Amino acid sequence: MSRPEDTLPPDLYYNDPVSRQYTTSSRIQKIQAQMTHRALQILNLPPSQSSHILDVGSGSGLSGAILTQRGHTWVGMDISASMLAIALQRGTGALPRKRRKLAQDMEMDVEDGIDDKQSNDEDAGDEEVEDEGEEDEIGDDAPCEGDLLLADIGQALPFRPGTFDAAISISAVQWLCQAESSDENDAPTRRLKRFFEALYVCLKRGGKAVMQFYPRNQKERDMVGTAARRAGFGAGFLVDAEGTKAEKVYLVCSVGGEDVTATIEAMEDVEIEGGAVGAGRGREQKGKFGKGEYKKGSKEWIMRKKERMERKGMVVKKNSKYTGRKRKVAF
Amino acid sequence: MKILTLNFLTCARKTCKSSPAAFPLHPRDAELEIVETEFNALFIQNILPRVEWDALKGLCTELGLTNVPPEAPEPKELFDTSIKSAGIDEKEKEPTQLTRDLHNLLLETTIQSGKLVCGNCGHEYAIKEGIANFLLPSHMV
Ligand SMILES: [Zn+2]
Repeated sequence: MSRPEDTLPPDLYYNDPVSRQYTTSSRIQKIQAQMTHRALQILNLPPSQSSHILDVGSGSGLSGAILTQRGHTWVGMDISASMLAIALQRGTGALPRKRRKLAQDMEMDVEDGIDDKQSNDEDAGDEEVEDEGEEDEIGDDAPCEGDLLLADIGQALPFRPGTFDAAISISAVQWLCQAESSDENDAPTRRLKRFFEALYVCLKRGGKAVMQFYPRNQKERDMVGTAARRAGFGAGFLVDAEGTKAEKVYLVCSVGGEDVTATIEAMEDVEIEGGAVGAGRGREQKGKFGKGEYKKGSKEWIMRKKERMERKGMVVKKNSKYTGRKRKVAF
Repeated sequence: MKILTLNFLTCARKTCKSSPAAFPLHPRDAELEIVETEFNALFIQNILPRVEWDALKGLCTELGLTNVPPEAPEPKELFDTSIKSAGIDEKEKEPTQLTRDLHNLLLETTIQSGKLVCGNCGHEYAIKEGIANFLLPSHMV
């Protein structure tokens, strides 16, 4: 089974037949909808607020339909013109409306020789699609309400500071780990750096981003997490169904003011990795961190420093759950 | 492309990042269309403080849209604060006509085709079927 990002860049991979197959596969739709709901749950937006949200890699507009349903206004970015074209077809009746119809289409596509297994979303275990929850019925009959941009998230996010309350991304960030060309400026590290720095700027203070993606290995996951932290985010990973076929990795990023770990810890059945850094640190601190990948003052940084000091035989304060946590400033 | 989004978009080129002339982008040959969308007063309330009012007025002048209030409305102008509605839940407050007008301008007035031009570098971003193309040739990234 090949991973899509190993074969072609997304604008070429999601060409017309693949886009259509990807969009009309009810199975992929269900998994995508579930991940969107999960991302929104992690975002934990104030229930009374109607937010302005960026959808990074908005594809066919499936996540957007859920955002609209929840009363949010969103802007989607995608590098694939044919995926965006499908998003535009929402609400026009051009997309199949019933699941039975969807299943037929999928069979037809298989007969047409399109490998159903080319998508990462297909890697999920069967158990995920068993429950027939109401939330999975994302109507193709609703028009796409969000604004769409044809854009490469590894190039730029063309928004002024503080544009969005939050950002979500479903199955897109792994594309940034691909070199778009042999040009040094297109190297994954450069693309990730540009993306996270721009994302940091266009989110409002206290804003959060939750990004589900498919890292191909630990190194790639670390590379993404490091890029987020270097851009100034407090960032941590939340992993659902870890170690199973249905494993889902969510990168949770916060723009100052909030300890991401605390948010994640409050949730059940999750594994936490990476932890949060930079809680309470503002934009003015951006770019200032010590050697290595840990920001000065962060939990990781403190732990590292303690380790080093202990190794040198110094007496250090015992670690507690409060180690490295943000403390409220008292006036 | 909604007028609201236009009020947030800047030039994507690295060299324009710190230039004040890179915002707002200037619409050219714009074909406008009203696309009705569900009225949501709470969203207007949330987004209004982030709207750059002078940029909005400039954009609207360029697009031939008139009747934009000269000053940004105050939050208290968005909901009816008459005695009748005093003391009731925020959600049940009656939005004013001004709020509906803002919804119409920011969320329902859209550019279907045309281009957006950077005031700093002159780069043109095409809009087709309401979708703006922000893909850059690699030497501009
Ligand atoms: Zn420019």
